[in-house]
Amino acid sequence: MSYQNHVIKDVIKFENSESDTSMEGKEAIVKIAKLDKPNKRRELTEKIIEAIFMLCALTAVICVATITIFIFWEGGPAIFEIGLSNFIMGTEWEPLADIFGILPMILGSLYATALAIAFGVPIGILGAVFLAEIAPVWLQRIVRPAVELLAGIPSVIYGFFGLIIIVPMLSDQFGGAGNSLLAASIILSVMILPTVISISETSIRAVPKEYKEGSLAMGASHIQTIFKVIIPSAKSGILAAVILGIGRAIGETMAVILVAGNSPLIPESLTDKVRTLTGNIALEMGYAYGLHQEALFATGVILFVFIMGLNLTLNLVTHKAGE
Amino acid sequence: MNMRTVKDTIMKMLIFLSAFITIGILVWIIGFVVTRGIKHINLAFLFTFPKGDEGGIFPYIMNTLYMILLSLSIATPIGVLAAIYLVEYTNSHPVVKFIVRVIRFATESLAGIPSIIFGLFGMLFFVIILGLSWSLLSGALTLSIMVLPTIIRTTEEALKAVPSSFREASLGLGASKLRTVYKAILPSAIPGILTGVILSVGRVVGETAAVIFTAGSAVNLMKNLSTSGRTLSVHMYILAKEGISFDMAYATATILLIIVFVINLSTNMLAKRLNKAV
Repeated sequence: MSYQNHVIKDVIKFENSESDTSMEGKEAIVKIAKLDKPNKRRELTEKIIEAIFMLCALTAVICVATITIFIFWEGGPAIFEIGLSNFIMGTEWEPLADIFGILPMILGSLYATALAIAFGVPIGILGAVFLAEIAPVWLQRIVRPAVELLAGIPSVIYGFFGLIIIVPMLSDQFGGAGNSLLAASIILSVMILPTVISISETSIRAVPKEYKEGSLAMGASHIQTIFKVIIPSAKSGILAAVILGIGRAIGETMAVILVAGNSPLIPESLTDKVRTLTGNIALEMGYAYGLHQEALFATGVILFVFIMGLNLTLNLVTHKAGE
Repeated sequence: MNMRTVKDTIMKMLIFLSAFITIGILVWIIGFVVTRGIKHINLAFLFTFPKGDEGGIFPYIMNTLYMILLSLSIATPIGVLAAIYLVEYTNSHPVVKFIVRVIRFATESLAGIPSIIFGLFGMLFFVIILGLSWSLLSGALTLSIMVLPTIIRTTEEALKAVPSSFREASLGLGASKLRTVYKAILPSAIPGILTGVILSVGRVVGETAAVIFTAGSAVNLMKNLSTSGRTLSVHMYILAKEGISFDMAYATATILLIIVFVINLSTNMLAKRLNKAV
């Protein structure tokens, strides 16, 4: 501190001196130069700290890289051994006979996800419209926390609810055991609702007020404005919501296992039992060994490829929205 | 004109119906589980060890708690420091920009990876390759990777919400960058960071697929880092899957719902405080 005071005094002297090369001035310059020394040490500490912060930020990159490498490392050879086309186009899954075809599981995942999106997305978008445009503030204060709560409920509880309520209901309605593609998609559609609602609501609220005002001023009704102006303007955000919903549905495991019936056959109707990619892994991982275990990791590889494709799409969509 | 009113009315009804369905499902699930579960919850259920299909869930509660503490004490420092880097230390230098883009993409990808993949990875990497076996440590390490994106994202939001006048004032007074971050920015961002931590607690509590393959499902209390044991959610899954004791399943589900409810309540309260502060 005193060191700095001296320098400040010197600088003042330097400024007040008549000649621009006075002795005091030179000393001041020298002293300011000396002041740089402790600053350099400080800068070094700062650089080290910054490097630590950066390392922490890179942890996410390292984790994604490690996960990708190890899943492919363990699952890749099995795909070669079984043969890619035998693996992803094979319709039979019989681990005891060393037959590993996961087409039923791929289709199971795709059907269940498609149906979940078909049920869940319209309700989700309309729910978001309700929150952003229709509901008075007091109602928003009830509905929004409810949606958040829905997002927080663990997937096992959804599965349990499906098992106790949805499955018997479907069994009464359509006969059979009730464990089915339909049961899985109903539960999944409920599980993606909070994602779809909250992200769609955000993007609907982000639509500039002028659009709405313009449309209303042209004589369009509020509802027409919502569906003809606001939703089209929010479409990239809504698309992001749908993609995240697809990701959640295709990756969901425990809830699906509890209600889907899990037989590894291609479902032919909504009431058929179905096994998803995630279910295939979780059901057999506990006791699998050898090629069987590797085939489960290979199932993980296929799932991983789907998810990474979705991530990339999402990245493109959100970047476009950002621009 | 009349046609338009009819259409509008129909659409409005559909909108109301969607909101009603959303609320209805929530009320249905909670009502259904809690009405059947609450009567089986008592002190004995919470604080005794299980005996066969009967008895309490004390060890599972403790295991869940250990899992929360360990995974968050790994993920929180890393996540917070990562967010500080992303918000406070980046500039428009092309190399830095590229690194930030890679980090952002990795964080988003990590958030999108399904929990079963984390389970597979955790089992392969921590359990088998590192030889940690099915244990608290394997489970917590896996979960800490899983919750990292949540902590990074919420901390980033919180840091961005700190007015830039705080930074300018602190730097203007001659404080170093580190001191500015530590003394001026972090304290104002604490509620936001806490929100991220609490959200992560929710994720750890509710996780099943990633935990069952890394921490196992043994019926015991975790005594140290290398013991295997099941958490509440794993217990819940096994009860539902095997159909052992539905009374116990309802009661366990009720406990889980209560935890989720408390978590949501506290994040909402924090969010309110955050909005007031800024």
